[in-house]
Amino acid sequence: MTPELGNFALILALCMALVQASFPMAGAFLGRPTWMALGRTTAWGQFTFISIAFACLVYAFVTSDFSVTYVAQNSNTLLPIIYKVSAVWGGHEGSLLLWVLMLTGWGLAVSLFSRNLPREVLAWVLSVQGMVSIGFILFMLLTSNPFDRLFPIPAEGRDLNPLLQDPGLAIHPPMLYMGYVGFSVAFSFAVAALIGGRLDSAWARWSRPWTTIAWVFLSIGITMGSWWAYNELGWGGWWFWDPVENASFMPWLMGTALMHSLAVSEKRGAFKSWTVLLAISAFSLSLLGAFLVRSGVLTSVHAFAVDPARGIYLLVFLGIAVGGSLALYAWRASSVVGGGNFDLVSRETFLLGNNLVLVGITALVLLGTLYPLIYEAMGWGKISVGFPWFNRMFVAFMPLLVILMGIGAVTKWKHHDRRQLLRRLVSPLVLSAILGLLFALPIHPRASVFVGLGVFIAAWLLLSLIASIRTRWQNKRGFREVLRDLIGQGRSFYGMIVAHLGVAVAIIGVTFVSGYGLETDVRMAPGEHHELGGYSFQFEGITKKLGPNYQADRGQIRVRRAGAEVAVLYPEKRSYFAQGDAMTEAAIDVGVTRDLYVSLGEPLGGGAWSVRLYYKPFVRWIWLGGLLMALGGIVAVTDKRYRIRIGRKTASRAVVANTGLVSQKASVEHL
Amino acid sequence: MRRPINAAFLILLLVISGTSNATLDSFDFSGVVSEQRFRDLIGEVRCLVCQNESLLASRAELAQDLRQEVYDMMAQGKPDDEIISFLVDRYGNFVLYRPPVIPSTFILWFGPFVILLLSAIVLYRIISRRSRALDTQLNEKDRKNVVKLLDD
Repeated sequence: MTPELGNFALILALCMALVQASFPMAGAFLGRPTWMALGRTTAWGQFTFISIAFACLVYAFVTSDFSVTYVAQNSNTLLPIIYKVSAVWGGHEGSLLLWVLMLTGWGLAVSLFSRNLPREVLAWVLSVQGMVSIGFILFMLLTSNPFDRLFPIPAEGRDLNPLLQDPGLAIHPPMLYMGYVGFSVAFSFAVAALIGGRLDSAWARWSRPWTTIAWVFLSIGITMGSWWAYNELGWGGWWFWDPVENASFMPWLMGTALMHSLAVSEKRGAFKSWTVLLAISAFSLSLLGAFLVRSGVLTSVHAFAVDPARGIYLLVFLGIAVGGSLALYAWRASSVVGGGNFDLVSRETFLLGNNLVLVGITALVLLGTLYPLIYEAMGWGKISVGFPWFNRMFVAFMPLLVILMGIGAVTKWKHHDRRQLLRRLVSPLVLSAILGLLFALPIHPRASVFVGLGVFIAAWLLLSLIASIRTRWQNKRGFREVLRDLIGQGRSFYGMIVAHLGVAVAIIGVTFVSGYGLETDVRMAPGEHHELGGYSFQFEGITKKLGPNYQADRGQIRVRRAGAEVAVLYPEKRSYFAQGDAMTEAAIDVGVTRDLYVSLGEPLGGGAWSVRLYYKPFVRWIWLGGLLMALGGIVAVTDKRYRIRIGRKTASRAVVANTGLVSQKASVEHL
Repeated sequence: MRRPINAAFLILLLVISGTSNATLDSFDFSGVVSEQRFRDLIGEVRCLVCQNESLLASRAELAQDLRQEVYDMMAQGKPDDEIISFLVDRYGNFVLYRPPVIPSTFILWFGPFVILLLSAIVLYRIISRRSRALDTQLNEKDRKNVVKLLDD
C-alpha cells in the first residue's frame, strides 16, 4: 500500500509543480496578486508531497519490502538498519528522489526566506523553480519510478553494493546533491531577472547568499567524496579525474566563478550580464553532470544501470533548460547596462581575470571529459583522456589562478595606485619565491620543480592574505575595533580569507602527497617486515572475523619508527554474503603531516599475503583545505548585510530604486 | 563485470569475481627493472577489463598478465616508448591515459591554451573599455573642478 501512496504523492507533487510553474508568472505579468501568492502555497505543497513519497520509500527499505523492485535490488534483510536507510539513495531511482526532495526543499526555503523580495520577483523565481521541478519529477515518473513493483516477490534482496556500506555514503551524495540542486536557485534568480528585465545590484545581493550556500554544500560533498574514496577504495588515491568526479568539479568551478562575479555585481554594479551567464552555466553543468552519470555515455568507475530512455530524456531536458535560458539571455541581456567602470589596476580587473581563468579551467575539464565521446563520434577511434593530461593542464593553469587570487585580495576596488600595490606585493613575492626555490633547487635532498612550484604558489597566497589582513587592520584603532570587525561587520572579508587559506592548505596537501608520497606492493609472511618512508611495517598474520553481513580476513600490522611503536593497523579483506563480493578495507594511521595506509591484497599461500603499503605526506591537508573553503563560505554568508535586508521590505525596495548609490556606498563600506 | 552494476557513485571494480592470485609483489625489482619506472609506466596504462582503473591499481587477472608482459619487456632492456607502442599496436590509443600528441588530439592538447589566450584578449578589451570610460568620467569631473576654480 505505501508504495502506491508514494507514487500518488509523486503525481500530486507534479501537479503542484505545474501550477507553480505557470500561475505565479502569469500573475506577475497580469498583475494578479492571488496568482502570484500561489507560488508560496505550491512550494509548500511540492515539498510536502515529495517528503511523503520519500518517507514511503524509506519505510519500504526499513521493512525490507522486496515487492518494490528498487528495494529488492538495493537492500537485503541482513543489512544493518543505518545502511537500509542510506540505501534509499544507493541507486539511480532513489537518489533521484533525494535530488527532487532537495530541489523542493530549496524552493520552499526561497519562498520562506525571501519575504522581502518584491512580489513579482519572487513569483518569477518560484515559477522557474517549478519548471525545473517538473523536469525532474516527470523524469522520475516516466523512466525511473522508485515505486515500481516486482512480481514474483523475491525472498531476499540483492543487497546494497558493499562499497556503499560506509558512513561516508550516508553523507556524501546528499551533500553533493544539495550543491547541484542549490545552483538551481541561482539559475532561477538569473532567469527571473532576465524575464523581468531587472538585472541590478539588488538582484546580485539576493542571489548571493543562495549561491554561496549551494557552493558550500558542493565543496563539502566533493571533499567528502575524495576522502571517502581514499578510505574505501584501497588504492590510496584521492582524485582520479574520473568523468563523474569531473561532473561534480565543473559546477563547483563555475559556482566559484559565479560567487566572485556576484560580489562584483553587488558591490560595483559591474559584470552583470557575465554573472547571469555564469549562473546559467553553473546549473547547466549540474544538469550535464546528471546526464553524464545517469545515461552511461561515459566509461566511469561510477555507474548507474544504463537505460537509453533515461539518457534521451535528460538530454532533451538539458537542451530545453540550456537552450531556453541562453535564448532568453541573448534576447534580454543586451538591454543590461554595464555598471561601474574601473581602472586597469583594480580589484575588478583581477577578479575578472580570475573569473576567466576559472571558466577556462572549467572548459578544459569539459574538453577532457567529453573528448573521448567527440573522438569516437568523429570516427577517429577510441581514446582515453586520463589523469596525466588533467594533471599537466592543472599544473599549467593553477599557478595563474593562484597568483591572481593573491593580487586580487590586496587590491582596492575601482583604482589602486600601481606603485603602492607593487610595494605591498614585493615582500610576499620574494619570500614565497625563496621558499619555492628551497624545494626546487638541488640543495633539498628530494628536490623537485613540481614541489617547488606548489610551495611557491601556496606561500604566495598565504603571504598575500596576511598582507591583506594587515592593510585592513591598519585602519582600525586598537584591539577592540579589530575584534568588532572580526565578529561583526567584516564577516564576508574574513570568510574570503578563510576560504583562500583553504586553497593554500589544499595546494600544500596536493603538492606534498604527489611529490613525496611513497607506495609499494610487497609479499609478507607472518613476522616479516618492510621499510617505507622511515617506517617499519611488520606483518603479524591474519585472523578471521565475522561481521553482520560479511566475513573477513583481518590482518595485523605493527608499525614502528626508529624502534618505537607508532601504530597497529588492521586492514581487512571482506567477503559479503549476499553476492560474494570481495572488498578490501584499508587501515590508516592518521597524522597531521603524514598518513600510513595499508591494504590487503591476496593470500599467497603459507600464511603470506600481498600487502600494499603507502606513505602519504600531508594528505589530510587536501580535505582540511576543502573544509576551510566551505567554512569560509559559511562565515561570509552570515555577513550582516544579508540579514539586515531580510525582513525589511523597504530597504530592498530602496536598493532597487537607488542601485547605483547603494552599491557605491557598499563598496566604500567594505573596502 | 559479470553482473550489471546497479549502485551509485564511486564504484571501483574491485568486485570483479575473478581476481588473480598475484599483484605487484610477484615481480623482482632487484635486477635491471626499477620499481619506480615500472610503476610510472603501468600507472598511465588503462586496465581494459575494468571501467576506469590503471594497470597499476587493477586486481583483474588480465591486468596481471599484461603487467607480466610489460615487466618482461623491461627486463629485456626495451625502452619505455617501445613498450608503449607495443601496447598501442595491440590495444589502440584507448589503453593510454595520456593521449598521444597526434593531429586528432591537437584540439585536446592545445585547445586549452587557445582558450586562455582568447580569455586574455577578452579581458584586455573589457578593461581598456572600462578604464577609458573611467578616464572620461574623471576628465569631466576635473573639467567641472577647473570651471569651478575659474569661476571662483
